[in-house]
Amino acid sequence: MRNPLSVMVQEIEPSGIRKFFDIVTEMKDAISLGVGEPDFDTPWHIREEAIYSLEKGRTFYTSNSGLVELRKEICNYMKHSQGLEYNINETLVTVGGSEAIDIALRAMIDPGDEVLIPQPSFVSYVPCTQLAYGVPVTIALREEDQFRLTKEQVLSAITEKTKLLVLPFPNNPTGAIMEKGDLVEIAKVCVEHDIYVLSDEIYAELTYKDKHISIAALPGMRERTIVINGFSKAYAMTGWRLGYAVGPEYIISQMMKIHQFAIMCAPTNSQYAAVEALRNGDKDITMMREEYDKRRRYLMQAFQNMGLECFEPFGAFYVFPSIKRFGITSEEFASGLLKQEKVAVVPGTAFGQSGEGYLRISYAYSLENLKLALSRIENYIKTLDR
Amino acid sequence: MREKILGILEKNGRIDLGDVAAMLGVTEAEVANEVTQMEKENIICGYHTLINWDKTSDERVTALIEVKVTPQRGGFDQVAQRMYRFEEVDAVYLISGSCDFTLIIRGKTMKEVAQFVSGKLSVLDAVRGTATNFVLKKYKDHGTILDDDKNTDERMLVTP
Repeated sequence: MRNPLSVMVQEIEPSGIRKFFDIVTEMKDAISLGVGEPDFDTPWHIREEAIYSLEKGRTFYTSNSGLVELRKEICNYMKHSQGLEYNINETLVTVGGSEAIDIALRAMIDPGDEVLIPQPSFVSYVPCTQLAYGVPVTIALREEDQFRLTKEQVLSAITEKTKLLVLPFPNNPTGAIMEKGDLVEIAKVCVEHDIYVLSDEIYAELTYKDKHISIAALPGMRERTIVINGFSKAYAMTGWRLGYAVGPEYIISQMMKIHQFAIMCAPTNSQYAAVEALRNGDKDITMMREEYDKRRRYLMQAFQNMGLECFEPFGAFYVFPSIKRFGITSEEFASGLLKQEKVAVVPGTAFGQSGEGYLRISYAYSLENLKLALSRIENYIKTLDR
Repeated sequence: MREKILGILEKNGRIDLGDVAAMLGVTEAEVANEVTQMEKENIICGYHTLINWDKTSDERVTALIEVKVTPQRGGFDQVAQRMYRFEEVDAVYLISGSCDFTLIIRGKTMKEVAQFVSGKLSVLDAVRGTATNFVLKKYKDHGTILDDDKNTDERMLVTP
């Protein structure tokens, strides 16, 4: 019998998080700080709107690109938040930001094209690039740069085959952000070297310094940037599976082809909920952002008190402390912490080799939960220091 | 700063002020100082416990009383005071709409509440009429769903 599997698929490594997940689920009564989704419920007015849409019998497909009302609201959002004008043909509603990542790469990459992927970063850029027959070229972000991407790093990674740069900020897992000055530098390089940008801005609403700026808003960048965003993080809507991409029509329309054949359309009642979210959800975002910010400060203070070194992150809901001084790997640290103190955190290496020496700790947890986990982490550190 | 401290204390009056300080990125002394000051200024009027009495063996009833009064020289404050001095009265609101005040009354039994209304409240000179509404079940109070069954974290333990 022939091997039914594609060589490509077999070569793709399973997610490093998955491995850890399997260990954690076997542990009973473990406290987890390993979750990459908000702890808030979706605000009730948004849920209520979805329920209403079901009551009204809105149970059919929408247009492939998504509800016109929703795409109009997405255009409004881009205008208000970034001053960027898009029309509805430049928007595509997807099944989570994840689908948008996949189809953007597939729409833009030819076999052998190189895709620059800064790491540590979300787990799907590399495999999705491979599935698009592109060549992932990872760039190791550094703590001394606060895990921001620098112009020099991009320049030294560029070859004549470089087609696309993935820009994952605010960043999961580091919590790093890129401020305007940082982006201007990167934008110049992209324009000079004719490189396109896939800007994954799913955490755009969760920044704790200045407001997030999209690279698409910088001169010369709108026409070469696909912006990905969604509802999961900003409105605590992970399970609704709803994201979107905006960008130049000639790219979006090609992404739309893949989307229409692979997906048809994003879930209809999620789309109705999303309209409500964009229209009336600003105060929810503010409330959640303020809560996250309190916890973020609290964690930074607690790390300082227990002598765990950590750069100050200004985005998403993760902190990324360094464990280098203990002389063990991230995985060893994380599995030791899990076994001894029953606290689950994610080793930095789950997000790329450059995550070695770090841990991702999520603060999408109540303060009580964080406190309990922190006291256990402190115990664990004491045993390591002994 | 004050509003931020209040926002935290409103949800958790027992929180450690050191934690509040860490969350707001200021020193504990600053927070403690503000809190003391706000207590003095009657901005913080007390620290209470939200109890779901329905779950205890304690028998008690709560009623919302709508009260119409004759407008008084000197406004409503004096009438309000005549009412809120009674210890049975838990809350007094001057409101717009079909009546002038809404009172929340606590008593051991419906009879006790009824006696209070007829014997103490209705007889006040300014009171023209009352309507008593007994509370049958309390679902949510002070922004808190009392019998929230959703206390478990339903998220998967580790996700990207």
